[in-house]
Amino acid sequence: MAKITFIEADGKEHQVEAQEGQSVMQAAMDNLVPGIVAECGGFASCATCHGYVDEAWTTKLPAPDAAEEGMISCAYHVQPNSRLTCQLKVTPALDGLVVRLPVSQTSE
Amino acid sequence: MEERIVIVGAGQAGGELAAGLRKHGYKGRVLLLGDEAHPPYQRPPLSKGFLQGKVALSDLYLKPLATYERFEIELKTGTRVEAIHRSSREISLGDGSRLGYDKLVLATGGRARPLNLPGLEGARPENLFALRSISDVEAMRGRFVSGNRLVIIGGGYVGLEVAAVAVQLGLQVTLLEAAPRLLSRVTGPEVSSFIERLHRERGVQFRLACEVRGLELDEARRQVRGVSLAYQGVPELLEADLVLVGIGLTPNTELASAAGLAVDNGIVVDEYACTADPDILAVGDCANQPSAYTGGRIRLESVPNAIEHARVAVATLMGKREPYAAIPWFWSDQYGLKLQMVGLSTGYEQCVTRGSAEGKEFSAFYLKDRRVIAADVIGRPAEFMVAKRLVSSRVEVDATRLGDAAVPLNSFAA
Repeated sequence: MAKITFIEADGKEHQVEAQEGQSVMQAAMDNLVPGIVAECGGFASCATCHGYVDEAWTTKLPAPDAAEEGMISCAYHVQPNSRLTCQLKVTPALDGLVVRLPVSQTSE
Repeated sequence: MEERIVIVGAGQAGGELAAGLRKHGYKGRVLLLGDEAHPPYQRPPLSKGFLQGKVALSDLYLKPLATYERFEIELKTGTRVEAIHRSSREISLGDGSRLGYDKLVLATGGRARPLNLPGLEGARPENLFALRSISDVEAMRGRFVSGNRLVIIGGGYVGLEVAAVAVQLGLQVTLLEAAPRLLSRVTGPEVSSFIERLHRERGVQFRLACEVRGLELDEARRQVRGVSLAYQGVPELLEADLVLVGIGLTPNTELASAAGLAVDNGIVVDEYACTADPDILAVGDCANQPSAYTGGRIRLESVPNAIEHARVAVATLMGKREPYAAIPWFWSDQYGLKLQMVGLSTGYEQCVTRGSAEGKEFSAFYLKDRRVIAADVIGRPAEFMVAKRLVSSRVEVDATRLGDAAVPLNSFAA
């Protein structure tokens, strides 16, 4: 188990318990976190689970593959720490992870 | 008494709607009724990773059962709704009981369109399949064995995705299509021929512009032995160990029409997902809605539409008015190659391509009045993201420059 905090673009925080092995996106879905839409269900096809990974964690995550990189490169409101949360697997090392959500995913 | 929203249909749209109500702090009861044995799950992987055995059953579930409990979403699987009684605001269930509602949302989805062919009357052969649900895949899995001869009727996405999985598992695959090219309803000839070549290289056989005449059954009428067809004017009998029919979807509108609600290629709703009955809404594959994007009415069969339509319905149920404004988009995956489509190309005047079909990555942009109305992007995810913006912004583009790979696609986006 790892605690993950999602922070919506308007500052609202959601702390959730994520299961090891699931994706960070799925942890948000399981806990009804607004701001993670996940239209394609986790196949790096839609970029609606886009999040900004807090600096302290960027080096603890495997680098994005080509598909994720491509989707991110032309997504909305991209920052150097942008990731697709469906591609991030929860490990014990991610306990305490903070993911901020882009303003483009606040339609809810 | 506590207010009660009843959702008929526990697919992607129904599940999204129930979750959306809780995300927005809805305090009343939320009942989510589904006739399948499973909680809301993802259908797209059924014809891809799940059939291939790479995606587990539990990974199909959109949320674990615990989530429904925790957020007080009363999920009732295996529950069929038989009728809507609008005057008393009740529905009757398969077990004869009745359930009252304050608001009713129809998220009934669709079912695989059945094949009507001579020879098939009254027969339900064990090796004739459709692909719409988990149980459909579980039923056919035992016959997805190397060496088996699979005949697929229908060259749409489901048929092609199943063909891709099947040849990779070593089946002999022949796909029959009535139109002269694949995916003819949804894409241009450039993409059709690319997809055809992709599959031919892997060993899929095609009979395009082919007329399926009937199914040959065994004496007990329990097994299909083959498919009889006419191809280029010549009759042919294709022997088969299993047959998959993928010829589209029939929206489940019977409940609505029996209740006197308007049905016209789907349950007719306005841009807020409302039917003419102020207490009944409809969302997802089963609904026919006005589209700001096409200017007409459309019924879409896709996950992004189910999610967006559920979002619109949640707003309506929460007393807000947020019209549907999303651009349709779709995706497929064949042989690990990502296909991403945005917009509807119907009525396009010109197709501009970028990249090379041989290199397994290219994009096709469909233009009308100098604007990109739709795009099919293969193996180029970054271009897909830009294509989405081009379609939604409706900016004018120069077709010659759009086709010039040296001009960055990003420079066209508004």
